[in-house]
Amino acid sequence: MELIQQLVNGLSLGSIYALIALGYTMVYGIVKLINFAHGDVFMVGAFVGFYSITILELPFLPALLISMIVCAIFGVLIERIAYKPLRNATRIAALITAIGVSLLIEYGMIYIRGAQPEAYPNDVMPTSKIDILGVSISSQSLLIFFVAIVLMIILQFVVHKTKIGKAMRAVSFDADAARLMGINVNNTISATFAIGSALAGAAGVIFGIYYIKIEPLMGIIPGLKAFVAAVLGGIGIIPGAMVGGLLLGVIEALVSAAGFSLWRDGVAFVVLILILIFRPQGLFGKNKREKV
Amino acid sequence: MLKIEDINVYYGNIQALRGVSMDINKGEIVTLIGANGAGKSTLLKTISGLLKPKQGKVLFEGESIGGKAAQSIVKLGISHVPEGRRVFANMTVEENLELGAFLRKDKAGIKQDLEKVYTLFPRLLERVKQQSGTLSGGEQQMLAMGRALMARPRLLLLDEPSMGLAPLLVKQIFNIVEEINKGGTTILLVEQNANLALSIADRAYVVETGSIVLSGEAEELTASEEIKKAYLGGH
Ligand SMILES: Nc1ncnc2c1ncn2[C@@H]1O[C@H](COP(=O)(O)OP(=O)(O)OP(=O)(O)O)[C@@H](O)[C@H]1O
Ligand SMILES: [Mg+2]
Repeated sequence: MELIQQLVNGLSLGSIYALIALGYTMVYGIVKLINFAHGDVFMVGAFVGFYSITILELPFLPALLISMIVCAIFGVLIERIAYKPLRNATRIAALITAIGVSLLIEYGMIYIRGAQPEAYPNDVMPTSKIDILGVSISSQSLLIFFVAIVLMIILQFVVHKTKIGKAMRAVSFDADAARLMGINVNNTISATFAIGSALAGAAGVIFGIYYIKIEPLMGIIPGLKAFVAAVLGGIGIIPGAMVGGLLLGVIEALVSAAGFSLWRDGVAFVVLILILIFRPQGLFGKNKREKV
Repeated sequence: MLKIEDINVYYGNIQALRGVSMDINKGEIVTLIGANGAGKSTLLKTISGLLKPKQGKVLFEGESIGGKAAQSIVKLGISHVPEGRRVFANMTVEENLELGAFLRKDKAGIKQDLEKVYTLFPRLLERVKQQSGTLSGGEQQMLAMGRALMARPRLLLLDEPSMGLAPLLVKQIFNIVEEINKGGTTILLVEQNANLALSIADRAYVVETGSIVLSGEAEELTASEEIKKAYLGGH
């Protein structure tokens, strides 16, 4: 029974990783950039949610929405100011810029509000225990899991059924061919940053509710782990990020459950090394085969 | 319809087109022939807005399009079927065709054009739900052409539609090009297969290392000794 509880914890944590990993993977898919500032957008989302709940006294859903909107705008600003001018530069230049943006956001946040942590109020969501087949599961983990799944379903719908989603897939496959269809590549890239950042913002709020404590450097570790999740699923592949995130959460929970909780943070990187050695294209990645 | 005046186009510091001028009249099939690396694809990319001329003018129906973004040029009525097809291999045939109509809002017209494309290329209809990456080379060429037609272009740019196809299929593709032209679409056709291109074209331009070295009626050029030697295999 302990095991099932750990599994549920793993899925909740994994859904947070998955939401962040989606942003990594979508952005990589479209501009081939690992946006290392993405974990910091998650942090900003957690703070926006926190202030919405405490200062604006909003309930969960409106706070979640505000955080998503603010992060979407923030993500687009980062792209327009920092990455767009480097679109034709070398990859390493863009990567170094991403690390610079990440540090700027982290220490900018500390400069603005100080380094002290905050605690999410614990009455944002009902915290009852639900008994399912003799296993007691916190309603919070279920709700978190549920919110994440709903967001992922909405994302799938957007990517496959809407015009902007089709444009995103076209640009990530072949930007010049997309231009020839009349697709505005710059706007499509901005939309991708907006959607990815909104998901990271949502992950930030969910994280705050689940783990209570938030602080300006909180994005680093979940950001790195979500990156591992994205690579695990196959970078650039949306369902891969979802499955990779959930899987990583479950692996971490099981490692803890097996009594190696000190290894919890390390296991993600063991996974990264293993995947890079044995299946660098990720679980969902295909070996590229192109017709001439 | 299209008027190109003395354009120079560069890739970084490398000059790919030198003082190229060209005219295309409404309703024509004009072909552009030349050896590998002559600058044929560069010229098409400049017309469709993927590249910008450093000097010179590109006018489409009197409007200057030389500095315009590719997506606005599509809207004006120029569609480009790029070299190597460039279909979206991760999407189905149907999704590719839908993307061709990306800028259009007239649902009824789109549906009508979709049917037209399926009549022109029945093979595509049999494969609507197939991932386009799994199509054969010839089917991908049909898809790339169909996708371009979905924008309802008035000028269609075709870059080596026969590349890598079996002779029978090449024949079929060329028949379809003629059919598209008869439907009222003006065509600029880039080809390595000069014989075939000249046989369906009204006029032709010959490019060598970035410059137009010859132009004229297709029949004239077919008869010219110079062309025969250089491009028609000397028959
Ligand atoms: N992206 C690029 N960067 C630098 N140079 C390029 C680029 N693309 C083409 N070129 C150069 O420009 C010149 C013209 O190329 P282009 O592709 O227009 O030739 P082409 O006539 O279409 O040849 P082919 O018949 O082989 O398709 C060539 O010398 C080529 O090397
Ligand atoms: Mg070419």
